[in-house]
Amino acid sequence: MSSLAPVLEPLTILIAEDSAADLLLLSTIIRRQGHQVLTATNGAQAVELFTRERPQLVLMDALMPVMDGFEAARRIKQLAGEALVPIIFLTSLRESEALAQCLDAGGDDFLPKPYNQLILAAKINAMDRLRRLQATVLQQRDQIARHHDYLLHEQRAAKAVFDKVAHSGCINAAPNIRYLQSPYALFNGDLLLAAYTPSGDMHVLLGDFTGHGLPAAVGAMPLAEVFYGMTAKGYGLAQTLREMNAKLKRILPVDMFCCATLLCLSAQRRVVEVWNGGMPEGYVHEVATGKRTPLVSRHLPLGVLSAQAFDDGTEVWPMALGDRVFLLSDGVLDTADANDQLFGAERLQQVFAANREPDRLFEDIERALAAFRGQARDDVSMVEITLQAGQPLRAAEPVYADSGQSCPLDWSVSFEFRAQTLKSYNPLPYLLQLLLEIHGLRGQSGALYSVMAELYSNALEHGVLELDSRLKRDAQGFADYYRQRNERLGQLNSGYVRVHVQVVPTATGGKMTLRIEDRGPGFDVEQVLARPMDVDRLSGRGLSLVRQLSSDVRWSDGGRSVCVEFCWGALA
Amino acid sequence: MAEIHLDPDVLSGLQEVMEGEYPKLLDTFLDDSQKRVEALRKARDDAKALGRIAHSFKGSSGNLGAVRLAELCRRLEDGSAQLTRVDLDELVDEIDQEFALVRPLYEHERQRFQL
Repeated sequence: MSSLAPVLEPLTILIAEDSAADLLLLSTIIRRQGHQVLTATNGAQAVELFTRERPQLVLMDALMPVMDGFEAARRIKQLAGEALVPIIFLTSLRESEALAQCLDAGGDDFLPKPYNQLILAAKINAMDRLRRLQATVLQQRDQIARHHDYLLHEQRAAKAVFDKVAHSGCINAAPNIRYLQSPYALFNGDLLLAAYTPSGDMHVLLGDFTGHGLPAAVGAMPLAEVFYGMTAKGYGLAQTLREMNAKLKRILPVDMFCCATLLCLSAQRRVVEVWNGGMPEGYVHEVATGKRTPLVSRHLPLGVLSAQAFDDGTEVWPMALGDRVFLLSDGVLDTADANDQLFGAERLQQVFAANREPDRLFEDIERALAAFRGQARDDVSMVEITLQAGQPLRAAEPVYADSGQSCPLDWSVSFEFRAQTLKSYNPLPYLLQLLLEIHGLRGQSGALYSVMAELYSNALEHGVLELDSRLKRDAQGFADYYRQRNERLGQLNSGYVRVHVQVVPTATGGKMTLRIEDRGPGFDVEQVLARPMDVDRLSGRGLSLVRQLSSDVRWSDGGRSVCVEFCWGALA
Repeated sequence: MAEIHLDPDVLSGLQEVMEGEYPKLLDTFLDDSQKRVEALRKARDDAKALGRIAHSFKGSSGNLGAVRLAELCRRLEDGSAQLTRVDLDELVDEIDQEFALVRPLYEHERQRFQL
């Protein structure tokens, strides 16, 4: 006995044998090898004992009264389920048919008589190794399954949170947005956001983070927060982009960044302002002519460059009502067929060219992708925004906690913004926040912001930069206008825009007077205001808008100074 | 092979394995074998039963070193399906005689451990 390898862990072994002498001999050998022994003298007893005691290994005589070893083996294997309970048949059956019968019944090995205790110990050890291996495999399989479930659960929870974030804007509410996003596109890093500015313009972001899965999706949260927060406060694209870039640069690892297109669509001004960093070309589709202007990527993605190196330069394109902007993620162009051929921009152009009904463009693209590849990818995002008139002016989104009892009602303040500031700073969100301290103005925040934005940009562009609004007569001149604007702003080293705010209480509520002055050549107010409102002309729209929205507008000092009034009644 | 009735090496191996249980093993074997010999005699008409009893008897006699007895049982088990009634009868008789021969040998071995 001492020559045998020591047993690592004692097993409980069931022996089923109808020959009393053999049973005594075998159980003595096994007990002396360090195991616990259970004995049965027929198959039925063996099954009953197995059910009760769950031994780890079974030694089974083939021929026994009441129930033979084959039937008992079958039942024990069934009871054991997925766990491996090795069954060693005690037999010197020599016919192959009988041996096959043992294996069919679930036998794992044979032990011939007369017994050899060395071989018996070796077989028990070998079977025990198999048994442990199977147990480990099962345990790991269950562990993997649990982890998998856990991951799926986490992903579902994360998706629910992300969906709330991504859809908290106007992406689903706006009647002029159509989009198509595969259900788990977010987990492939695709992000689509849309929200209204206080003046009723619409900001849209289509982003594509590097990588896949949760790591690609986490950056979506801070990006969405910046997007919604700054859009609601009235920040323009440039400042929003700078903030997004700085935030992503700060929080993302170096190999992660976000390709993005950011748009500002203004139905009032009939323009779209675009910044594209690393996304495929989108298009402005002029419905009247069928012309498609590509929105080319001119920048590195968000989160790559330092704040100093980042370029927030945008392009502005005129749009008529009904014109469409189409954006897409690279999942569309990079859809590959069976031979790894990419769908590509050329095939997309063919779909555009063949498209007869603009409203069915997505379906046409999807059909083309399906025909090309045969199955959908999970990172396909497309969005199309139509320029529609009459976007309602929104009251400021944030909910105010104060009751209005302590709001300031008798004060004035003046600002002078000089050249260095005019170059890079947009004071409008700050001014809007200041004015919204006045409870009575909050209901008109959209109109207030629109008027301020219009008067400020008039003062800056026509007053300080001396740009001629008549340039914007056609699409070419429009592009020239914005090119010149950027050039002159870059070189600016003198000039100012002054903003004076005066708030006084009245018998029924209050009145806010806003005066904006510039040091420019001025303009002939009478002549400009006398021009008819002409939808085909891209200039002159701003002043009539201002006249519609404010209680009173007056120009003075040859058009260099403009004064508007907003009044409000008693608060409920 | 046929000349060896009881293998002394098997017995000493068993004694080493069984230690204090060795006499009990011998008792059990003798008792068990007696029953099987009687069962064989009763089953002369039933070839299937003969085969089954011979199979078990072959196993235990093999384990206990009764070499010729195990060999006779093997011939009975193997032949139970094909052999004639006369041949089977002859084999049962031979087994009977062989057990009668080895039985005193085992009893003698058992005597060594009396008290």
